[in-house]
Amino acid sequence: MKLAPQDNVAVALRPLSAGEVVMLGGTPLRVARDIAVGHKLAAQSIAAGEKILKYNCPIGSASAPIAPGDYVHTHNVASDYLPTYTLPQ
Amino acid sequence: MTNTLQGYPRADGRKGIRNVLVVAYLVECAHHVAREIAAPFRERSVHLIGFPGCYPNAYALAMMEKLCTHPNVGGVLLVSLGCEGFNKRQLGQTVEVSGRPVLTMGIQATGGTQKTIAAGREWVAATLPALAAQPPVPMGIDELTVGTICGGSDATSGLTANPAMGVAFDLLVKGGAKTIFEETGELIGMEHLMAARAASPALGAALKDSVAKAARYYATLGYASFAPGNADGGLTTIEEKSLGAYAKSGQSTIDGIIKPGIEPPRKGLYLLDVVPDGDVRFGFPNINDNAEIAELIACGSHVILFSTGRGSVVGSAIAPVIKVCANPETWKRMEDDMDVDAGRILEGRSTLPEVGREIFDLVQRVGSGAPTKSEALGHQEFILTYKSFEPLGPACLPA
Repeated sequence: MKLAPQDNVAVALRPLSAGEVVMLGGTPLRVARDIAVGHKLAAQSIAAGEKILKYNCPIGSASAPIAPGDYVHTHNVASDYLPTYTLPQ
Repeated sequence: MTNTLQGYPRADGRKGIRNVLVVAYLVECAHHVAREIAAPFRERSVHLIGFPGCYPNAYALAMMEKLCTHPNVGGVLLVSLGCEGFNKRQLGQTVEVSGRPVLTMGIQATGGTQKTIAAGREWVAATLPALAAQPPVPMGIDELTVGTICGGSDATSGLTANPAMGVAFDLLVKGGAKTIFEETGELIGMEHLMAARAASPALGAALKDSVAKAARYYATLGYASFAPGNADGGLTTIEEKSLGAYAKSGQSTIDGIIKPGIEPPRKGLYLLDVVPDGDVRFGFPNINDNAEIAELIACGSHVILFSTGRGSVVGSAIAPVIKVCANPETWKRMEDDMDVDAGRILEGRSTLPEVGREIFDLVQRVGSGAPTKSEALGHQEFILTYKSFEPLGPACLPA
């Protein structure tokens, strides 16, 4: 679901599987890879450097171009304030 | 306002929702002795707190004074080694002036570990019956202070538990309670939204300054207040985590900024600025959730609303912690540790206003003596470390 109409990302309310097609505001969106509950996918094409909007608030900027249905997370989004710390996989 | 709670009246006019006897160590060297004194009484509302450092610190002294005279506290045993830098005389006097029973014991003067443990247990055993026999009196929501925190956050925290706690906060403010939300380091990116809700333009500017201070502080230290588990849970940046955290504050006007140990002067909603002032000293502002909880309690919070997505289990010494679980999968795994199932909102089985009302009702039951899950499980976490603060700026508490 989208949390605000202006958002360019949507949030998974249930686990989504790669290849699945979900309807988002009447538009079909093909899910690029498995996505866990609460994680985000692109609702539209997003250019590198563009702000990521959730609740119509900027949560960072795209660090790479993102295609509709792509998983949106630390690999393609960077904070506009402070870097995100994660453990190596 | 109807009196829906049960409180223990204190000499300063406040009421507590618990009648705890605190055993406090004044340096790590006295920790073991203090813990051993308290251990046999852990089922009888005897809680252990303390400060580990040997060097004196004005913040730590003020925190201990506020905690030892907190309305939920009915008596205090101070355990000193004897040579540490903590100002035990001032702390003991502050507690005595508050009208509470207090004893300061020095391990060196008493004759070592065993003699101090025996004498300490004797004092606790002699002091407890009067606390247990004290009858509670009716208490209103307008005599209550509630703090809120999130810990072990994931992407569901901002969708369910935090906005539901925001609904509960709005109900508490309407009922005349004092409410406190915090972590300026977890409000990075929200400064403009917060400023728009401020009671005065000058307070709005001060709110922005407090977040800018936090961003500077964390930038110097190299990390945001962002744990790897936050990213595993779907949060990508500190701004996204902040958005979720910010929802805890509800919709009320922000009436002021306070700092650790300062109580809200009136009813309403206050931001607790936990990030130290001046140059970066002593490390991270709050090294874990309990460091923040201790500060919320030192600001007078009787009870803490704690939202978690990943699944935190902590409680606290002195004040009960109500755990609001954001994630339905976490609820299934850890229901025994959770008080409220806010993940129902995600599954469409409940609405935000319903869960918000449920939290509000639970606050009143806990305020009448009902134990929370973490309380019943014996959680009494506590931590206090070094910090330094300057006095509040003139714009922080508009008249």
